Amino acid sequence: MGARERIEGAVSFLRVPRWLTLPSPSPRPSPQGEGIRGVALDQTNAPLLFQRGKRCSLSLGERARVRGNDAQNNAPAQNPAWTPDHDAPSKAFTTLGHFWPRIAQMAVVVLMLVFAIASFAEQRFPPPEFESGYALPETKTPPPRTLPFQYVDVAVLLGALVLASYLVLKKRSRNGVLALSIFSVVYFGFYRKGCVCAIGSIQNIALGLFDSSYAVPWVVTAFFIAPLAFALFAGRSFCAAVCPHGALQDLMLWKPVKVPAWLEQGLGVLPFAYLGAAVLLAATGSAFIICEYDPFVPLFRMNGSHAMLLAGVAFLLAAMFVGRPYCRFLCPYGALLRLASCVSKWRVTVTPDSCNRCRLCEEACPFGAIEEPTTAPTHWLALIGDRKRLAWLLALVPALMLAGGWFGSQLSIAASQLNPTVALAERFSLQAKTPVELGVQTAESLALMRAAQDPKALISQALEIRRNFRLGGWLFGGWLGLAVGAKLISLAVRRSRHDYEPNRASCFACARCFSSCPNERVRLGLMRRELPGSPAPQPAPAAAHTPN
Amino acid sequence: MDVKPPNPPPVSRRQFLRDGSRAAALTGLGGLLGVLGTRSTSATTVWQIDPSKCLRCDRCATHCVLEQSAVKCVHAHAICGYCQLCTGYFVPEPSELNTGAENQLCPTAAIKRTFVEDPYYEYVIDEQLCIGCAKCVEGCNRFGNGSLFLQIRHDRCVNCNECSIAQVCPGDAFRRVAVQHPYLLKTTSH
Ligand code: SF4
Ligand code: SF4
Ligand code: SF4
Ligand code: SF4
Ligand code: SF4
Repeated sequence: MGARERIEGAVSFLRVPRWLTLPSPSPRPSPQGEGIRGVALDQTNAPLLFQRGKRCSLSLGERARVRGNDAQNNAPAQNPAWTPDHDAPSKAFTTLGHFWPRIAQMAVVVLMLVFAIASFAEQRFPPPEFESGYALPETKTPPPRTLPFQYVDVAVLLGALVLASYLVLKKRSRNGVLALSIFSVVYFGFYRKGCVCAIGSIQNIALGLFDSSYAVPWVVTAFFIAPLAFALFAGRSFCAAVCPHGALQDLMLWKPVKVPAWLEQGLGVLPFAYLGAAVLLAATGSAFIICEYDPFVPLFRMNGSHAMLLAGVAFLLAAMFVGRPYCRFLCPYGALLRLASCVSKWRVTVTPDSCNRCRLCEEACPFGAIEEPTTAPTHWLALIGDRKRLAWLLALVPALMLAGGWFGSQLSIAASQLNPTVALAERFSLQAKTPVELGVQTAESLALMRAAQDPKALISQALEIRRNFRLGGWLFGGWLGLAVGAKLISLAVRRSRHDYEPNRASCFACARCFSSCPNERVRLGLMRRELPGSPAPQPAPAAAHTPN
Repeated sequence: MDVKPPNPPPVSRRQFLRDGSRAAALTGLGGLLGVLGTRSTSATTVWQIDPSKCLRCDRCATHCVLEQSAVKCVHAHAICGYCQLCTGYFVPEPSELNTGAENQLCPTAAIKRTFVEDPYYEYVIDEQLCIGCAKCVEGCNRFGNGSLFLQIRHDRCVNCNECSIAQVCPGDAFRRVAVQHPYLLKTTSH
């Protein structure tokens, strides 16, 4: 930071000359602010500065004198430029009426300055006219790397989705899925550096819906819509082998341990909470938390903050023993895909043949997605019990939503701190109440200086955002209550299932279980039909099947 | 030949609900597409710094997701004064006007100073060395023509969905610009 101290001498210029010190927040950085400084400098030194040719060759002494003059001017103006007016802005947070006289005053001064600047030369040092035939170097503008990729990315995405669906539903090939996973990790991950992905696109869409000034790039829209549309027909083929995040975790899987059902179900609410929070923060224009806390993108980039790199490594280590931890317990896009997959037209089947109930597939699934056969109660007494429980739970949902909403609204003020504008307004009004000397030219003090230029606008903006957060807090909490309620209901409803089959929502369509099924192996000709001790399977067809 | 499930249900109630929800979801996605269609841009966007809003803190150097920040100093030569005493190049009180490291403002000596003709000197940024700390930008904007300014260099930037410098920029200087016009170059001083 030695250099920073060096620059501090120069920063003494920053102090506005006394004759310019306004009673209200003194502006620095806006164009007008620049003007104030420019004029202050130019007026004291105009004759020197504008002697053509000689202007830059001021002797060091002259420069020092220029600086000295200014320093003298400024010495008494101890009040650093950013220090906001001590009472008005804090009041402005509650009453915004105090400002008009000051603003009018400022406006007059600014207007005068604008005229003053216009009458001076536009540049302090007009560009020279060279006599030696010197050609100006051109300012290079290397084109963005994304430019040629925008169509390629979407084409590859669609192609990979079609291929993944085909490999899972029709070809039923684990090796194919594996190969496609490797491709996706390499292309979407390491080559395209994981940005933009379907998971993050949720935020762009949310921001696009709530902020009409934000235009969603069509590539992002395609990344959001395509996997969901595919999930409505083919289940989570996106997760199977297209999503680089999922594929990376899947490839790391080594010795999966079984997660207890209660934990799995309990943690299963997290993605919905994360989804809600991400949408809330994106819609209010506060932050893109999915991107900020994405554990895998830093790995794809081999670059990033140490904390996130560590988180990525930790997730990968966990993924060796717990199948796809991010997908199951965090991924907000996975939450959407779950919902879509519940109503998909076709579904993943362990085998197109009938089930032997040998439970081999259950062992094969590293994600605990295969459910055992159950019979729904048929006796009326049991049915009544079930119905009653369901009725209670249905009645509980609105209560949960209300409670969640209240809870969310309580949190909303704290959450609004995540919005940079609100955070700045808070700091600004705090600074106004209890001024703290921040030293010269930290990013903080610069931000406060910017705030000081137009505190009224900043604060009303912050209040507006906070109002949005209060509403958003209710909605977020309600959503959370709904997610919990729906989870409880889904646990309470007993469905009759004849076979072992993958749960529509939680199956990642990884195709691992297929070859564990003896009937499937027979069908593929990998095994003879008659198994000792197993009931004879039905005659196996060669290839044709219809998963449904 | 297909193998039928043991007792093939007719269109069950559940199946009906499923079809209905799928249709509803598809309609929803279509509607979303419609709404976004009116709002979306045909182009991808990339991040860029608005030089008129940049306050020259040093967060561009430190907050990029890349270890070597994608933000570099750019020189608009057309508005440069070619000053002998460049306030973007020299520390405030240089002992001598030469290229000695102790006289240079830039911590990485990324600015190359060459004599053009009396009394003009050319200043060129070596982007390999520049770390985007904005020290020279501050010097040039405060006392000079403001021909030095920061820009995201798109040969380096990975175009994060959310630029992590944008989150912490005190000047709120980052914005998304169309990929066809990815730079906000200065053409006039200040
Ligand atoms: S659950 Fe999320 S992270 Fe996992 S594969 Fe699916 S979209 Fe990707
Ligand atoms: S295809 Fe689905 S059910 Fe089968 S092993 Fe993979 S995740 Fe489990
Ligand atoms: S973070 Fe913002 S204010 Fe700071 S140097 Fe970068 S663009 Fe300028
Ligand atoms: S002073 Fe900082 S911004 Fe300027 S050229 Fe050197 S490293 Fe780059
Ligand atoms: S978009 Fe990402 S890579 Fe580019 S400047 Fe911002 S943080 Fe750095």
